[in-house]
Amino acid sequence: MSRKYLLLQNGGAVPMSDVPLLSGEEFLTEIVSGVDEGWRVVSYFGAREGAALKLYCLLSYKSEAALGVMSTLLTAPSFPSLVASVPQLHLFEREIGEQYGVSFEGHPWFKPVRFQHRLGNAPGADPEKPATIGVTDFYRVEGEEIHEVAVGPVHAGIIEPGHFRFQCFGEEVLHLEISLGYQHRGVESMTVGGPVGKTLKQMEAVAGDTTIGHTLAYAMNVEALSGARVPARAHAIRGIALELERLANHTGDLGAIAGDVGYLPTASFCGRIRGDFLNLSAEICGSRFGRGLVVPGGVNFDLESERVERIGSRLTAAGDDLANAVGLLWDTPSVMARLEGTGVVSEQTALDLGLVGPAARASGLNRDIRRDHPFGIYALSQLPVETARTGDVYARTLIRWLECEKSLEFIKEQLAQLPGADIRNPVGEAGANMLAVSLTEGWRGEICHVALTDGEGKFSRYKITDPSFHNWTGLAMALRDGQISDFPLCNKSFNLSYCGFDL
Amino acid sequence: MIKAILARIKQGHRTMRYPKEPLPLPDRLRGFPELNRPSCPPNCRLCADACPVGAIDCSAGLSVDLGKCLFCPDCVDACPHGGIKYTNDARLAANRREDLVVKGGEERRLAQALDAKMLKLFGRSLKFRSVVAGGCNGCEADTNVLATVGWDIGRFGLQFVASPRHADALWVTGPVTANMREALLLTYEAIPAPKLVIACGACAINGGPFIGSPEHNDGLGDLLPVDLYIPGCPPHPLTILDGLLRLLDRIDK
Repeated sequence: MSRKYLLLQNGGAVPMSDVPLLSGEEFLTEIVSGVDEGWRVVSYFGAREGAALKLYCLLSYKSEAALGVMSTLLTAPSFPSLVASVPQLHLFEREIGEQYGVSFEGHPWFKPVRFQHRLGNAPGADPEKPATIGVTDFYRVEGEEIHEVAVGPVHAGIIEPGHFRFQCFGEEVLHLEISLGYQHRGVESMTVGGPVGKTLKQMEAVAGDTTIGHTLAYAMNVEALSGARVPARAHAIRGIALELERLANHTGDLGAIAGDVGYLPTASFCGRIRGDFLNLSAEICGSRFGRGLVVPGGVNFDLESERVERIGSRLTAAGDDLANAVGLLWDTPSVMARLEGTGVVSEQTALDLGLVGPAARASGLNRDIRRDHPFGIYALSQLPVETARTGDVYARTLIRWLECEKSLEFIKEQLAQLPGADIRNPVGEAGANMLAVSLTEGWRGEICHVALTDGEGKFSRYKITDPSFHNWTGLAMALRDGQISDFPLCNKSFNLSYCGFDL
Repeated sequence: MIKAILARIKQGHRTMRYPKEPLPLPDRLRGFPELNRPSCPPNCRLCADACPVGAIDCSAGLSVDLGKCLFCPDCVDACPHGGIKYTNDARLAANRREDLVVKGGEERRLAQALDAKMLKLFGRSLKFRSVVAGGCNGCEADTNVLATVGWDIGRFGLQFVASPRHADALWVTGPVTANMREALLLTYEAIPAPKLVIACGACAINGGPFIGSPEHNDGLGDLLPVDLYIPGCPPHPLTILDGLLRLLDRIDK
């Protein structure tokens, strides 16, 4: 393993001048051979550098907890696409194309990602053409008995907007295309020149159900850039909050999956138990979604001993109720019959697409940032990583439950041994001309934040990769050759973020 | 089957009693702010400067715009004089945008009931069509929770429905992104008149944490006539339920 990447650790910062600048050809070769060796692309993005555009690629090598970064300078508005040999790049290339007007030659599916305005122009790029949301060259299957089903952006429930096109032969889905961008709020553009007061609030709402996951990655970046240290107690409280977030969302998903197969007892119990976990987050910081808890340098709220006790006993009660509610699923043959074999994503497909989180683990990929690139409390306190083999809705359901069990134990353990007294250290100015990388394992999977600073220590580019960015294509593949009536169930089993993707 | 029945007995009846009985809320919940203007030194604007979204105005007395407020702890942390304190009172919804601006010592201006004609139409059955227009899934999650057994808004005749044709009101979350603007307006048009509009959460009211981004409308603004503003980032489910019950004249205190 002698790659030309600059190696760094999760939550690390390096001077931008140390990041290897490779020729276009070397850069591409390094991606391809790195991926062949077992590296995985966690982020690939552009940033303006004077009149030119610099591409950064960030890869992870889990068995050595290493992150590698390298860059190349584009002087023309086109670059070769690697999608044919490295499929996990497919959306990253489209994203760079949309954000900077670069065309990736040979990309089989070069379409808009979010129908957003450009962040800048690559040298020589054609002027930006206004894109109209949802107007693109949708893939079509032709044939006498083929029909197309178009759904969204406005869906039937209280759900974020997105557009889904199914190519069907009778009930069978030959292909599903997912076209997003409706939620685009311009988060990345708003971070430029920061951090300012509202940057942290925007991070809390990148994906509002993953407040802790995203604010943690953001705080780690600010801490890395300024050299701030976080008190041990704050690390533990952050870990507790991250696992509570996982518990609340997994519980909601377990209920929603039960609801979608028409099994109402678990659906209604879990709907209520999810609230019990959210209320525990509110017990810590006043907000059911963890707003206001994580700040660069530590956390805003301490857990005094009565509060620890109160949270502990309510957690145990909610955990018992959850075990009882979820246990019904495994004992009910009609539920199992609907979950097993539905929406299969093979291990190879998951690997090729670079899936992350529970969806990846359900297909047999053993990856979890908490173990592979441990951060904060997870460097001291490990959680076992659960995987399944079948890659179907059942596996994605089972993984959620197993992760709930582990999170419950983890929180109890942390509550019993909260260290130290300080919860927040002061944070100085961010270093100038630096690059910082932070990854966390949110409940949907890997969250990656990369910060680049200018000569004054302000963000010149802030790149966020939500786990949903990796996983939406997994949902499309889960539907392939399945029944269109299985879509809601498959969708719930992934439960991906629209705004996290659309930013 | 027997296991499901036993589980049903174990899980018990868990629907909260609000509004018949108050709902206990966490002590740290940041709800209605208590302003203590007399404690402010002259020309002090520490809280206003600390507010990330410009919700606090110190120019003429001290006021907090709950429509912009994210209910974060920044102003309280910045003020050494005790000028602002959050209470855990989650009743916040109002009918008019200006009613969301809180000044110290003023009477609360909580949402008022609809007029008699509208109450006759909607008082016992009000159906919503939700449109998420850039919401982060925080408001959406805590709106969804109202349909769970814990809150069970069905008991008040309230329900979220799948089609705008079946709806009486449009439920808006998110800052109204450019990419959702058309879908939002089309959905509004598709709801039969007379109809209501509810702006749920800081984003829908005034852009929330994303205030000032050119990629959206900073909330509903003048785009549609709003009948109920529900502040919060996201609003606590009780803030939502309380606002709705006031609108339908089910709570009068």
